Amino acid sequence: MAALALAFYWVPSDADQGFSQRIFYVHVPVALTAYACFGWGAWKALRLLWTNELRYDLESYTAVHMGTIFGVLTLATGAIWARISWGIWWSWSERQLTLFLILFLFYSAYFMLRYSLEPGPRQARASAVYALFGVVLIPISFLAIRLAENFIHPVVFTERGPQMAGSMFFVFCLSFAGMLGLAGALYQIELFGKRLDLRLQELRRVRV
Amino acid sequence: MTSTASLRLYLSDVLLLARKDLKLEMRSRDTVPAMLLFVVSSLVVFHFAVPSTLSSETERTVAFGLLWIAIIFTALLGLTRAFVAEREQRLLDALVMAPCDRSAIWLGKVLAVVGFLVLAEIIAVPAFVLFFQGVSAVTVAALVLANLGIAAVGTLLAAMAAGSRTRELILPLLFLPLAIPIVVGGIGASVADSPERFLGFLALYDAVFGIISWAAFEYVVTE
Amino acid sequence: MIRSRNLGRSFGEKTVLEAVNLDVAAGDILLVTGRNGSGKSTLLALLAGLLAPTRGTLEVAAERRSIGFVGHEPLLYQELTAAENLDLFGRLYRVQEHRERSGMLLERYGIWDVRHDRVSSFSRGMQQRLALCRAMLHEPALLLLDEPFAALDAEGVELLSDALAEPSQQRTLVVSSHQPDRLEPIATLRLALEVGRSR
Repeated sequence: MAALALAFYWVPSDADQGFSQRIFYVHVPVALTAYACFGWGAWKALRLLWTNELRYDLESYTAVHMGTIFGVLTLATGAIWARISWGIWWSWSERQLTLFLILFLFYSAYFMLRYSLEPGPRQARASAVYALFGVVLIPISFLAIRLAENFIHPVVFTERGPQMAGSMFFVFCLSFAGMLGLAGALYQIELFGKRLDLRLQELRRVRV
Repeated sequence: MTSTASLRLYLSDVLLLARKDLKLEMRSRDTVPAMLLFVVSSLVVFHFAVPSTLSSETERTVAFGLLWIAIIFTALLGLTRAFVAEREQRLLDALVMAPCDRSAIWLGKVLAVVGFLVLAEIIAVPAFVLFFQGVSAVTVAALVLANLGIAAVGTLLAAMAAGSRTRELILPLLFLPLAIPIVVGGIGASVADSPERFLGFLALYDAVFGIISWAAFEYVVTE
Repeated sequence: MIRSRNLGRSFGEKTVLEAVNLDVAAGDILLVTGRNGSGKSTLLALLAGLLAPTRGTLEVAAERRSIGFVGHEPLLYQELTAAENLDLFGRLYRVQEHRERSGMLLERYGIWDVRHDRVSSFSRGMQQRLALCRAMLHEPALLLLDEPFAALDAEGVELLSDALAEPSQQRTLVVSSHQPDRLEPIATLRLALEVGRSR
């Protein structure tokens, strides 16, 4: 499945012209996939709090983990894009990048929180609540960033990414689908790995 | 039981718990004096950190930025102490076992934290006026709204942090990303041409995060 | 009152309690024995609802308002006085005439004279006496006592044993102790824990 997703994603970006544009097909789908992962993690967190079944904890954690990886990729591709388009590595005027920086800090704190709590129901619940805060923070922060433009000096680069039309949109959708597929596959692999880990720990404990 | 009667009981629990926190603070005098001293010290430090050659409009924005940073960090100082009495003796367990609604524990603590913040601001705002520049009524309104949001989110996170290994260390990490919108709303209300939008934004923040913190507290303190 | 099947609890990789089966009827007195680290406190915290089981099932047929708990920590505000602590919990538990009731308990446990002193000035034994007052304030139907004799002096042990020996049809009692001589005569059920497992 991962191979399929990769194939999906390499073909369209190869077929495209110009590196600056090509990165757009990576950057935006990666960002959207990160949102999807955070949303999925929050959904699983809600399920955990609702049903009190601990298995949702691992699913929520894995989704947030994937979201953070894709979030870092968003920051990296965004920085490359900014470098190519405007010759600078970082621009506060790019709302989505700023938002991802905040989210990166937020979800890094999520991992800190997990590591400083004993594994068990309490860790699961606190993490779930924090993951839920995350999805609420996304729109609120986006709004905050827009509002902040009123007093932090106005946008210099009004030029947005390439305009989309026809075939480009198709390629974009294909790329997004591929990226989602990739995230889904990684999610399954990671979830499987984490479950295996737990199972091993259990077996080791029984033997002792 | 009718809903008014149960609401009255709920509120009496909240007030009971908030009064208990204020009484504890009156006796130990640990937190509020520290917050007062901290907020004034940081304003003095900021005076030396800001270059005085900026244009006047930018300077105004920067100065208000300093005020809001001072408030947020002072709040953090208070929040790290919010559950100290409960944590030392595992008293949170005793409160969680009590038959009162768990969210009443949260709301009582929120009220106490708001009280401490107001005390800190009663010193901070005049100090800011003295050292930097005057403030408008809108800024004061923004402070009131921000206090609610800070206390609501901060109390929930402080309860989370109280149960963790790293305790005080982790609270700022958890809190600061969530405080960014408050800073934006606060500075915007202080300097922008149309402050109503920023006050509205702060009120939205309070409502949204107030409701989820209220609903989520029970999950943070129980298994 | 309490029913558990294959009840277990672990903290991370460490299992502290395993395969506990309990059937406690209303009015029973269950004595839990075992060495330090055998999971006695964890069991009581599970019964109090402070911890959730990580395996097995546990049913406790008591509401929060009718459970009394004394743990390792006295669960008292150190900077409040004895009377203020009882006042706070009396109100939270909505005890009718809690002043009279707490006055009676303070007197019975011999700390009436120091009721206006802060708990921080109390010795560990006096704190334990006050903790017992707090746990019994609302006349709980299920009383959970974790090593209640640990910090008490001879007089305190006497007072508590007398209180526990009072015949009561309504009250279910779960007491953990690693020196159970005092409780052996009154216990109706016994559970010996051996590093997490019931024997």
